[in-house]
Amino acid sequence: MSDRVDALYIFLISVTGLVTLLVMVLILVFIFKYRHSKHPVAEQVVGSVPLELAWSLIPLAIFMIFFGWGARLYVDESTPPKNSLEIYVIAKQWMWKLQHQTGQREINTLHVPVNRDVRLTMISQDVIHSFWVPEFRIKADVLPGRYTTVWFHANKTGTFHLNCAEYCGTLHSGMVGKVVVMEPDQYNQWLSHGGEMGSYAETGQKLFQSLGCTNCHRFDTQGRGPNLVGVYGKPVLLTDGSSVIADDAYVRESIVNPGAKIVAGFRPVMPSFQGVLTEDQVLSLVAYIKTLAVSEQREPVSNRPPVPERSSGVEVQ
Amino acid sequence: MKMATQVETIPVAPERDYLNTEFGLGSWFLTTDHKRIALLYLISITFMFFVGAFFALIIRLELLTPKGDLVQPDTYNKMFTQHGLVMIFFFLIPSIPAVLGNFLIPLMIGAKDVAFPKLNLLSWYVYDVGAIMFIYTILTGGLDTGWTFYTPLSTSFVSSSVVVGALAIFVVGFSSILTSINFIVTVHRLRAPGMTWGRLPLFVWASYATSVIIVLGTPLIAISMALVALERIFGIGFFDPLLGGDPLLFQHLFWFYSHPAVYVMILPGMGVVSELVTCFSRKHVFGYWGMALAILGIAVFGFLVWAHHMFVAGISVYSAMVFSVLSYLVAVPSAIKVFNWTATMYKGSIYLLTPMLYALGFIGLFTIGGMTGLFLASLGIDVHVTDSYFVVAHFHYIMVGGMVTAFMGGLHFWWPKITGRMYPEGWGKIAAATMFIGFNLTFFPQFVLGYLGMNRRYWQYDPQFQVLNVLSTAGASILGIGYVLPLAYFLWSLRYGAKADDNPWNAAGLEWTVSSPPIKHNFHETPDVTTEAYNYEDLPCDIEIPREASVVGH
Repeated sequence: MSDRVDALYIFLISVTGLVTLLVMVLILVFIFKYRHSKHPVAEQVVGSVPLELAWSLIPLAIFMIFFGWGARLYVDESTPPKNSLEIYVIAKQWMWKLQHQTGQREINTLHVPVNRDVRLTMISQDVIHSFWVPEFRIKADVLPGRYTTVWFHANKTGTFHLNCAEYCGTLHSGMVGKVVVMEPDQYNQWLSHGGEMGSYAETGQKLFQSLGCTNCHRFDTQGRGPNLVGVYGKPVLLTDGSSVIADDAYVRESIVNPGAKIVAGFRPVMPSFQGVLTEDQVLSLVAYIKTLAVSEQREPVSNRPPVPERSSGVEVQ
Repeated sequence: MKMATQVETIPVAPERDYLNTEFGLGSWFLTTDHKRIALLYLISITFMFFVGAFFALIIRLELLTPKGDLVQPDTYNKMFTQHGLVMIFFFLIPSIPAVLGNFLIPLMIGAKDVAFPKLNLLSWYVYDVGAIMFIYTILTGGLDTGWTFYTPLSTSFVSSSVVVGALAIFVVGFSSILTSINFIVTVHRLRAPGMTWGRLPLFVWASYATSVIIVLGTPLIAISMALVALERIFGIGFFDPLLGGDPLLFQHLFWFYSHPAVYVMILPGMGVVSELVTCFSRKHVFGYWGMALAILGIAVFGFLVWAHHMFVAGISVYSAMVFSVLSYLVAVPSAIKVFNWTATMYKGSIYLLTPMLYALGFIGLFTIGGMTGLFLASLGIDVHVTDSYFVVAHFHYIMVGGMVTAFMGGLHFWWPKITGRMYPEGWGKIAAATMFIGFNLTFFPQFVLGYLGMNRRYWQYDPQFQVLNVLSTAGASILGIGYVLPLAYFLWSLRYGAKADDNPWNAAGLEWTVSSPPIKHNFHETPDVTTEAYNYEDLPCDIEIPREASVVGH
């Protein structure tokens, strides 16, 4: 991606540089050629509509190239490829907490394998931050109360700067870190340390149990809340007849603001976990619920429950 | 002191001009003369400019070394916040409109004063109340939210004087609104007979369009500031996700005003430059209607591009695309203006006097600022360079390279009219060149810094960036000299400058048909306008400026 950004950058520099040069040269030529001592009487030229149209429409056409090229890049920058390696980022004043699926947890340093798409799901615990790795030419704001994502594909090993790009208070300039890009075998070796606490999803699973979520979100159809197996990534039918894709944002919202979107067939009985759970804990729950979607292949029993008396609330497509 | 000279040299009782028709502090503080109010504004904003410049000085000194060693991080954060707020709200926005606009609009359209002279005086007082509130903010804890006041940092986290600071911005906004209402009504109602819309000088068009932007946009910043203050005091939760609010809502509100405000900070400059380029090329402006429509186009489209400040803030891909396209559309009228100024010089008879040097500096710097704006409008590039020094360089090229340069050019050009004295031409050229060199040395390296990955608003930075930062600080020192020079020789010229003729530049425009300085009511008789603006074919092609040597020692 960084090569593609640089290519557009060089294109922009060339075109705008040429036009700027043209204007400057014209001005200098006019100053020289029409200086008062050489050209004592001005000849009045009041305008030329064709010329003005030309220097409106030609720039417009060039601008549309800039737009199209930039937009194309932006779409790709905003669309993480499927099967990216997923890492969670929790920003707070003034540090980066980086959470790997396999359980490793880092502060201000992110280890990733080379030649692999890496997708970051990010949230802030306090103010707005922004995740910027200049070398990768990517940046995305990290917001409180909402997940944002960014992805990159490092194609060379090395250590790269990681900066907070959105002003976030006193030590904004101290909210810097590094991204360490490693060969795959080195990376695997690195992964083999530090995951003693179990994977992130397992952390979430333990939390899910200790919070008593399972009392209502049972793995059958008898719970007061929807069965969460196989829900992630699928459309969910809501009481108001609309439906929503059960993505990270929806799962998070259902935890911190459960009354916002009630699944069809259920009542708004779940308490809010706003302020009860840290963003880190919420993320671990999201990671866990995500694994339940995958596990539907392993546990076909819970996949298609018999038609219950009331709607399961899960619209399986 | 002025009176003394006149009495000595001219035995016949001179005609009273607006400066010597009344005396005493009361005649200034209670004046309703648009020209005196312009001077009051000039003094106020010059003071605030040097306050803002002091903050810039601390910033540049801190950035001389990568380590944060000169001031504490909180102090540094206050420096850039206060630098931005003072320069934008207390200098740039009122600069050309409140000083040159106030002085010139009635003169240019053949009116005795603005439509509401008392309102005009009130707006200066409102400005001063805002400025005093802001200085109070600075002295009682300062402000460290960034000039953008992004929530929830400003509402729930920083501990500085956010409420008073936000209210100061709230108050000063009303000063702009009052001035703008005045200008709009003045241009509509008080044009002299024959001064049709098609004969208005482009400076009047630009001031008119600016006023419309201010009237439509400023209430938004007032609301945003009020919401920040309310949220901070009462914890209401408009912008706090914990209370169901949305921090992006603030950004939309803020930029809905603050992007059009960027055009408030450039359109008047474009107006000034159109006057200067025509005069010193001795030519009709190239494409009058193209220029006037471009001004209006910028004013209208300027309202539709605000979210280009938010491409990485978490808005949808589709809305980002819409705002990117619209941002390119607003660039077209700017391009027209640059090409038309250049074409105005074609076959002219060009004088490189100080105001023209500033005008040419403006065109060069504005072109670079505009071109780099095209980079930022391009989504894929913006993702990388937004919030970096690339952006800092870009908007300084527009606001300082553009607006301040135009303001300085305009001040030199109309100084003889305002004061009746010539500034020293030699020093004027030296200052213009100093500013141009200092400016480029300060801000050009910042484009490079930004692309290489240096963040804006960083108190300490990676050592790899030091060389470029040292260059930038060196440039800022030169730039500082460039700003102090005119202050010195303008003051000098009040006493020692050569007496100015009524029309020292042989310039077109009604303001040059009256005495220098003008009488209190501008015109003895309401003029009857029979020609288009920039009728340089009717004027001598020569400019002979009075030599300062002839009067020194009077």
